[in-house]
Amino acid sequence: MTLEDLDAVDRRLINCLQEGLPLEPRPYAAVAETLGIAEGDLLYRLERLREGGVLSRFGPMYHAERLGGGLTLAALAVPEADYERVTQVVNAFPEVAHNYRREHALNMWFVLATETPEAIDAAIAGIEAATGLPVYNMPKEEEFHVRLHLPV
Amino acid sequence: MSVSTCPSRPAPGGELPERDTRGLDAADRAIVLATQAGLPLVPDPWGAVGREVGLDGAEVLERMRAMQERGVIRRVAAVPNHYRLGYVANGMTVWDVDDAEVERLGREVAAIEGVSHCYRRPRHLPHWPYNLFAMLHGHSREEVERQAAVLRERLGEACRDHRILYSSRILKKTGLRLSRRAGQA
Repeated sequence: MTLEDLDAVDRRLINCLQEGLPLEPRPYAAVAETLGIAEGDLLYRLERLREGGVLSRFGPMYHAERLGGGLTLAALAVPEADYERVTQVVNAFPEVAHNYRREHALNMWFVLATETPEAIDAAIAGIEAATGLPVYNMPKEEEFHVRLHLPV
Repeated sequence: MSVSTCPSRPAPGGELPERDTRGLDAADRAIVLATQAGLPLVPDPWGAVGREVGLDGAEVLERMRAMQERGVIRRVAAVPNHYRLGYVANGMTVWDVDDAEVERLGREVAAIEGVSHCYRRPRHLPHWPYNLFAMLHGHSREEVERQAAVLRERLGEACRDHRILYSSRILKKTGLRLSRRAGQA
């Protein structure tokens, strides 16, 4: 499912629901009314967008640290010849939530999410031991903004 | 119709509440476990979650409101797949900003249209001098570079250097997950 498969209502729905669902007894009915469609139509469209992969997920976005967990961004400078092996090694750690290849000498960037803040150091030590590479740990020191919004 | 009519449209520049939010109880954690993969797409999602965790729907709603109030839940929302929506250029822009100015400028940069995430992070000298990170998303690299030029201008002389690191491959992407084990702890 791609952009071409979306009609005008889908686009308004995506734009609207990136902002958030109201926390009230019939939340989808409230959004549907705003969009001028039936609640059932909205639920059907939302399910189709999620199943079709246009939406990665729909639901509460939890703040990891405020759940009591640990979270950090870390990077590795991986030799190109070794990239596939290191990818497998790093991805095998359950603490690695996201991992991206990026174009820089530091060419592997991953987010570590752990049950407790203290577990971050152990995860980093484990990745250093398994890859033989130093991990550049870049925990956030201040959050200025988090609000992904991609209008369509 | 404008998106500004969305029922839960936040106030512009709204920030997370600065409250300490430790101390989720067992029922809160059960709700987190039941919803971290997604909210049910049924007319009464709170009741559906409640049946799973043994609470009534009104209590689930009340607890989720409280968690949102405390900033444990940022919001309940659709998370788009960037690429499927045509945002194929996703750049992590990183800036080496004077320490004395980075807090003020970080707030300014964060308010610029198109910046989805903005953080101050530690430098790793000499290899990594950048202390301000801002994520940009565009339909092309040219679009990201135009956005980055706006940030560059705003940062002015306090910024010594910057880079745009484009993602060229998603190696892994899972949500944040509490484990069942921890949920019972």
